[in-house]
Formats: sequence, structure tokens, C-alpha cells
Amino acid sequence: MSTALLAVQTLNGVQLGVLLFLIAAGLTLVFGVMDFINLAHGVQYMLGAYFAVTAYGLTQNFLLALILALVGALVFGLLLEAVIFRHLYARDHLDQVLATFGVILFLTEAVRMIYGSGSLTLPMPQALSGAIPLMPGLLYPVYRLVVIGAGIGVAILLYLLVNHTRVGMLLRAGASNAPMVSALGVDIGRLFMVIFGLGTMLAGFAGAMVAPIFAVEPNMGDNLLILAFVVIVIGGIGSVRGAFIAALLVGLVDTLGRSFASDVLRHVLSSSAANQAGPALASTLIYVLMAAVLFFKPAGLFPARG
Amino acid sequence: MQDFATPMPTTQLAPPDRARLIVPVLLFVALALAPLLGFLGAERYVLALFTRCIIFAIAALGLDLALGCGGLVSFGHAAFIGIGAYAAGILTASGIDDGFIGLFAALAASGLFALATGAVSLKTRGVHFIMITLAFGQMAYFVANSLKAYGGDDGLTLANRATLLGRDLLADNRVFYYLSLAMLLAVYLFARAVVRSRFGRVLRGAKDNETRMAAIGFNPYPFRLTAYAISGMMAGLAGFLLAEQSEFVSPAFMTWQRSGDLIIMVMLGGMASLDGAILGAVFVVLAEEVLSGFTEHWRVIFGPFLILVVLFARGGLLGMLTGRRHG
Repeated sequence: MSTALLAVQTLNGVQLGVLLFLIAAGLTLVFGVMDFINLAHGVQYMLGAYFAVTAYGLTQNFLLALILALVGALVFGLLLEAVIFRHLYARDHLDQVLATFGVILFLTEAVRMIYGSGSLTLPMPQALSGAIPLMPGLLYPVYRLVVIGAGIGVAILLYLLVNHTRVGMLLRAGASNAPMVSALGVDIGRLFMVIFGLGTMLAGFAGAMVAPIFAVEPNMGDNLLILAFVVIVIGGIGSVRGAFIAALLVGLVDTLGRSFASDVLRHVLSSSAANQAGPALASTLIYVLMAAVLFFKPAGLFPARG
Repeated sequence: MQDFATPMPTTQLAPPDRARLIVPVLLFVALALAPLLGFLGAERYVLALFTRCIIFAIAALGLDLALGCGGLVSFGHAAFIGIGAYAAGILTASGIDDGFIGLFAALAASGLFALATGAVSLKTRGVHFIMITLAFGQMAYFVANSLKAYGGDDGLTLANRATLLGRDLLADNRVFYYLSLAMLLAVYLFARAVVRSRFGRVLRGAKDNETRMAAIGFNPYPFRLTAYAISGMMAGLAGFLLAEQSEFVSPAFMTWQRSGDLIIMVMLGGMASLDGAILGAVFVVLAEEVLSGFTEHWRVIFGPFLILVVLFARGGLLGMLTGRRHG
């Protein structure tokens, strides 16, 4: 494994981590504050990508498409909240799982009916489509660096929002004890709506940002949803900081594992055995990580409820 | 020992009055007569469809034991189906055709996997339990994907169905159907006995109030672990039958979506009632078949249906039929 390859894969890992963070941040807040398991969160990421593709088709302008996708994701998310999710907050987790699973089935299939099951792409903006040399012999696509930068930018904004604003204070208070916040006279219904809207927008933003580099297809959210759950469980439910660190950890472990597991195993196993065991080990690595974290720290690395 | 250990009303099984027996009796009679429904289509098709119903009913029963009665929300039960299926597939591929050996291997493998993963998972609670069982399920899925010798992600086609005492009785779809039905009945009666036993009472008691169970001297852990292992073995049995029926095994048997399907079957039917699990499984398999006959986009209908059931029919299908709420 050369240094250049290691550097590229590390960047790819960070990129996956940033993407996971955008999805997991909303998930962990909705879950932590509202005690609501939203399996449909992955669909909201997928919808963000489709909104972006549609908006680009109408406007032929990437930035405008991004903004319209954000607005679309927000409006649609709030609509879902008002029509369905609001009635589920008081239910137990199983009811929530079942109903949001129904939402996944419906929306995924509806998208398939409208756009077909083939994958779409969003053209990359011309200015960002090149690659720049990071070090001798290592070219890295500019757009991927932009994704990383945008993700970290959102993380910083979120940090400021959560730690230095009134809404953020209510949000942290809600994550540690929602009934108490409500008892102190805060309109918890409105707080829930704000949090849900924020989460949807982050997921939609993630979907729109990766539309130029990933295939946009109806199932694109399914596996990311599971990864995002892994992230919030490792990070500690309700903790944005935990989600950020766990997302980077999962992104790096997954990406580096897939690239180098066979190489590492070759030091202890025969070459053919390593080639066979490598991919299996790499795919399970993050689940092993999660099981280990849960075993030693059942509430995750940074529990919000103390 | 009079009734001081009567379970709490929330998971109380209604007394075995006649009304309560109607649903299971009707269910089994209907299943026994189903293959005779010639008007549904060719016999081969009808048998295959209803065999699938039965197989998933066995898996759903297993999950209901853990989820409904024990309160253990496993999001990784598809792994047990897959393990049972791979036990059948790998044995057949190695030239061991005997059905009893295959069945034993499937039960042993899924039981051991349940014991090992359950021992770790049961240290956690609530949503963490959901996630850790999901994690183990995903591990099994990826390991199956990497079994290059047994087809990797393409899966493995079985050369033939297992034999019983050296005779290929199972090759006949009708025999296979009624044998599966007999197994479902056996699993159902066993699960009923388990739920009604002292063991089952401790399990339900621990679901309702763990502290209280501890206070009267029961450590729920070994009870839960045993229930989890039994539950996993039932799903393993379903996997064995699934592999034999379709003469095919693939990692797709153990995706997380499949685990989700099993939860849907149990909840849709009505939790903690056993009858409900069978009803839910039959309903889901048939609904998928019927709706996909109308339109390839059947999920557009099924999704909102699930939402409506959650919002308006809280006892599941069984609750609608009997007017009672369960779980």
C-alpha cells in the first residue's frame, strides 16, 4: 500500500464520514429529542437527490438546483411530519418502525413510478469538475473536496446552532429530558417540528450534494440508513458531537477496511485465504465495531442523557 | 402453587375459551385445504405459494416468541433463516442428502448462532438491542456473501431436495406442502406450550416489569437467552424448508429488509398471540402475490396500508377479527 493510495482512501473515508454525518445528525436529533425512530430518514436523503436532479432539469443551474432541493426537502419533510409522523410520537418504537417502513415502501415505489428504476445523474458544475494535485502523483477530484468542505462547514454551523443559540439550548435540553422541557413551558410540538425540519433538510442536502458523484436511484438511501443508525448508536443517541466523531470513524474504518483488509490479512494468512476473508472482514468491520462499542459502552461513546 | 404469578393484563393470553380457538383452527383448516383450490391456478403454483406462506409463518412464530412474548425486538432474524438455509445447501452440496441430518444441522447451527449472539445482545436494552441484533444479522449476511465455494453473492443451487430414509419423498410438492404444514402445527403447539408454561410466564413477566421479576427472585437473562435460542431455531427451521422448497440458497435470504418483513408479519397479525404471527405471515405473502398481480408497483398500495394499520388498527389483523387487543 503506497502513501498516495492511503491518502486517497483516507480522503474517501472522510468524504463518506461527512456524508454519514449529514444523515446521522438529523436522525440522532429526531431520535434523541423526540424518541422517534424514523426509518424513512434514508428516503428523505434519496428525495433530496431527486429534487436536485428535477430542479436542475428545470433551471440548468447547479446552485439554484441545490437551493430548490433544500427547500423541497424541507417542505416535503414538514408535510410528512404533519400528516403522519406527528401521530406516532406517543406510540412505542415498534409502531414507529412499522409506519415509517410503510412510508419507505410507498415513497421508494412512487419515485420508481415517476422516474423509473434506472439511475439518474446530476451533471457536475463545470468549475468543480476538475482534479487538483494534492501531492506529487496524487490527483484528487475537486468536487469531492467540495463535498468534504461543505460537510465540515455544515458541521461547524450545526455546532454553533446547537451550542450557542436559544434553539440549540432547547434542543440539548430536549435530548437530555424532553418531558421536563415541556413542563417548563416550552412548546414542545413546535420544537419537534423545528428539529424534524432541520433533520430533513440535512438529509436532503446530503442527497443533493452527492447526486453528481453517486448514482441517483430509488434505493440509494437504504444502506446509508443502516450505516447512519450504526453511527448514531456508536456516537450515543441524541449527541451531535458523537454523531460527527462516529460518522468519521465509521467512514474511515469502512473505506480503509475495504481497501486494505486483504493486504493486512496477507501478513497472517495465505494469499488465497486472505483474498477470500478480506472482503468479508471488511464488510463486517463496522458492525464488529458497533457490537464492541455497545458491549463496553452500552449508551455509546457520547451519551446525551446523562 | 395457586395463581399468585398470574401475568400482568398487558400481555395476558386470553383464556382458552372457544372463541379463542376459532382463529387457529380456521387457520389450519384453511391451510390444509388451500392446495385444493384449483381455481387459483396450476397446482404447482398454488402449492409453491402456500408453502411459502407456511415457511414464513414458522419464522414469524419464532420471532413472535422473542418479540411478542419476550419483548426482544430482534432486527436480525433473517440471519437465522439464512443459516438454516445454508446448512441445507452446504450439506446437499457436499453430497449428504439425508433430510434428518440436514434438519438437525440447520437447527444446531441456528441455535448455536442464537446462543452466541444472544449472549452478547441480551446485555443491552431497547433500541440498542435492535441495533446489535441488526449488526449480527449484517455480519452473517456479509459472511454468506463471501462464501465463494458456495456461490458467493450469486447463491447456490441445490441439485435435489433432501431424501427421507433414502427415498425422495420430498420431491413431490404435495408431500412437501403437508410436511411443512405438519411442522408449522408442531411449532405452533410447541410455542403455545412454551408461552403457557412457567418458563413463558417468567418471560412475559420480565417483559412487563423486569424489576418486579428480579424482586421475586427471577433473573430474566437465562430465560431470555433460552427464548432467543428457541426463536432462532424456529427461524432456522424455516430457512431449511425455504432452501429445500426453492432448491436454492442465497445471501438475499438474510438482508435486513427480510428481517424487517418478519417484524411486519408479526406486528400486522397482532403481537404476542402466536395465531397473529401465522395470520400476518400468510397475509403478507399473499398480499404481495395478489397486489403484484395487479401492478408491479404494489408497494405503493402496501406502504400506506401499513401506515393505516398502525394509525387505526392497533391490535393488528387478529385484533380486527376478534375485537381484542394484544401485546
